[in-house]
Amino acid sequence: MSTVVAKDRPRAAVHKFASCDGCQLALLNLGEDLLLLSSLVEFVHFAEAGQVNPEAPVDIAFVEGSISTAKDVERIQRVRARSRFLVAIGACATAGGLQALRNLADGQAWIADVYASPDYVDSLQSSTAVAQHVKVDLELWGCPVNSRQLIAAVRALLFGVAPFEEHDKVCLECKRAQVVCVMVAHGLPCMGPVTRTGCGALCPSFGRDCYACYGPAENPNTEVLGRRLEGLGLAPAAIGRCFLSINNGAPPFTEAGLRRVHEHD
Amino acid sequence: METGFLPRGRFHELLAALHRSGYRCLGPRVREGAIVYAAILVAEDLPRGARDHQAAGHYRIEQTASPRYFAWANGPQALKPIVFAPQEVLWRVRRQADGGLEFHRQTPPAERLAVIGVRACDLAALALQDRHFLGAAGDDPHYAARRAELFLVAVHCSDPSDVCFCVSTGDGPQASSGFDLALCELDSGFIVESGSDRGAVVAAELGLEAVGGDARAAAARQADAARTRQHRSLPGRDLRAALFANLEHPGWEEVAGRCLACGNCTSVCPTCFCHASVETPALDGGMSVHARAWDSCFSQGHSYIHGLTVRSDTRARYRQWLTHKLGSWHEQFGRSGCVGCGRCISWCPVGIDITEEAATVCTGVADE
Ligand code: SF4
Ligand code: SF4
Ligand code: SF4
Ligand code: SF4
Repeated sequence: MSTVVAKDRPRAAVHKFASCDGCQLALLNLGEDLLLLSSLVEFVHFAEAGQVNPEAPVDIAFVEGSISTAKDVERIQRVRARSRFLVAIGACATAGGLQALRNLADGQAWIADVYASPDYVDSLQSSTAVAQHVKVDLELWGCPVNSRQLIAAVRALLFGVAPFEEHDKVCLECKRAQVVCVMVAHGLPCMGPVTRTGCGALCPSFGRDCYACYGPAENPNTEVLGRRLEGLGLAPAAIGRCFLSINNGAPPFTEAGLRRVHEHD
Repeated sequence: METGFLPRGRFHELLAALHRSGYRCLGPRVREGAIVYAAILVAEDLPRGARDHQAAGHYRIEQTASPRYFAWANGPQALKPIVFAPQEVLWRVRRQADGGLEFHRQTPPAERLAVIGVRACDLAALALQDRHFLGAAGDDPHYAARRAELFLVAVHCSDPSDVCFCVSTGDGPQASSGFDLALCELDSGFIVESGSDRGAVVAAELGLEAVGGDARAAAARQADAARTRQHRSLPGRDLRAALFANLEHPGWEEVAGRCLACGNCTSVCPTCFCHASVETPALDGGMSVHARAWDSCFSQGHSYIHGLTVRSDTRARYRQWLTHKLGSWHEQFGRSGCVGCGRCISWCPVGIDITEEAATVCTGVADE
């Protein structure tokens, strides 16, 4: 492979907020393509890869993680101000992540239950998506995002075109992969009909139900899927949890989940 | 055409004859809880005793002691994925040193493929896909390459499922054309009929026995039972006028409230042919792969034109599916796009039934 380093490469940064670092692995796991990628864009800040320069202005900023502390609120503004194109990557950055469950509960009480010295923990009551704080140019959904999504986005930006946004339902990918539907043939509570494509119908192709880690698809009929899950024997609280999972902070899921959870209140 | 009897214990001779003629055989197998087409090497690979239980939004396989290989109706696939691949590369383009572009067509390899267990509805759907992909505008090379070498062994349906309604569309349950060989399965064996010259060649190799009067009578009884067992139907063969007279029917809004807009119905439908183009450039920008992938009128992208999604809500999408399938197909292909296979009913995760919806929105308007 030729890895001729282009002069005047676009500059990129990878910023981390409240997250598990898993989405950055979609870059680090590129293998040989990582060399090619770094010959095309210059990573000026990518702490997990050893480059630390968070204040450098960049053309592309990848933001992983949710906004979870007062410092985050202020730092995301600086990231935005220094970046031409801001890409939120992963469920934390696009929907607040699993940790957004605390938005629906008394987060401070949880901290008091878990930590010996809760006063050391300085966090907001809420964990929120990047787009709730600054303008986001592109959202790549998934927990975690995969390398294919990141490469497609970078390539489109290098071509100077708008990256393609996937928003179909997982069912379409599932049928293209000719997977036998686990809901129809096995009665499993699959979230595919309301979930965004991008994973290649990974779970159904291993015989299990989709658990919506890519977030809501366009035009999701959460009410009807909820009723179907009820028909499969799930109790309202269990249906609520199907929606209030990794992407609980995505508005269509928050609303559908709370509606079910409060049904028996 | 020529008919003869193949005793059950000699079924493997049919597979052997197909193999000798250079065909790889695909046939029904139970995989992931459903009947799907997969490679068949020996008769034991066939789903002996398997029965399918289908209802709206529901599909289960039951294993019985029956000696029969084909006592089920259908699975989620028809012949569609075999000839119109769910996703396939059409061409690649490479940037040359001088900046020019070089295109390479990706043609599928021609493979002699025999498909065993094809249903009457599958054949009717294939005839429609032929009209689309091998149309006056020129053959689709990918479809044409796969279609040319396809040897079709039909099996008349003895056990339509609860969702089958091919009697209503006029496409089954007996296969009447479009096959190379057709089998009628009885407990004792198979009545074999050839439907093409190459079918006759294979049949001649089998040294078929004469068909006894008992076998003929049993076959006729079985065919009658298969017909009368069906209880669903469409309100008419040509619903074009009824549908287009009812574009503002409240039934569209009502079904949209129950529909997930997930596209499972169009994906399993053996006649649906819509696809999207997918471009995947290599990271270095020097090459790009152009593929097509099944699309659905239930997706947003399907009706996206520059800057505008024409059908943004489910009401418009469901109406598009039904008015095209059962309405404007008549103008396009001279018949409805539904062959009554019932797949869209079983494989709809929420069990929406096309026959019920058609009856609702066509209320009060008579068949042409
Ligand atoms: S298994 Fe899940 S994702 Fe696949 S078609 Fe069925 S409902 Fe959709
Ligand atoms: S519309 Fe439904 S019943 Fe008719 S051919 Fe398509 S999948 Fe089969
Ligand atoms: S629709 Fe007719 S031909 Fe098709 S599987 Fe059912 S009974 Fe057989
Ligand atoms: S009719 Fe059923 S299968 Fe078709 S899009 Fe609606 S919910 Fe999905």
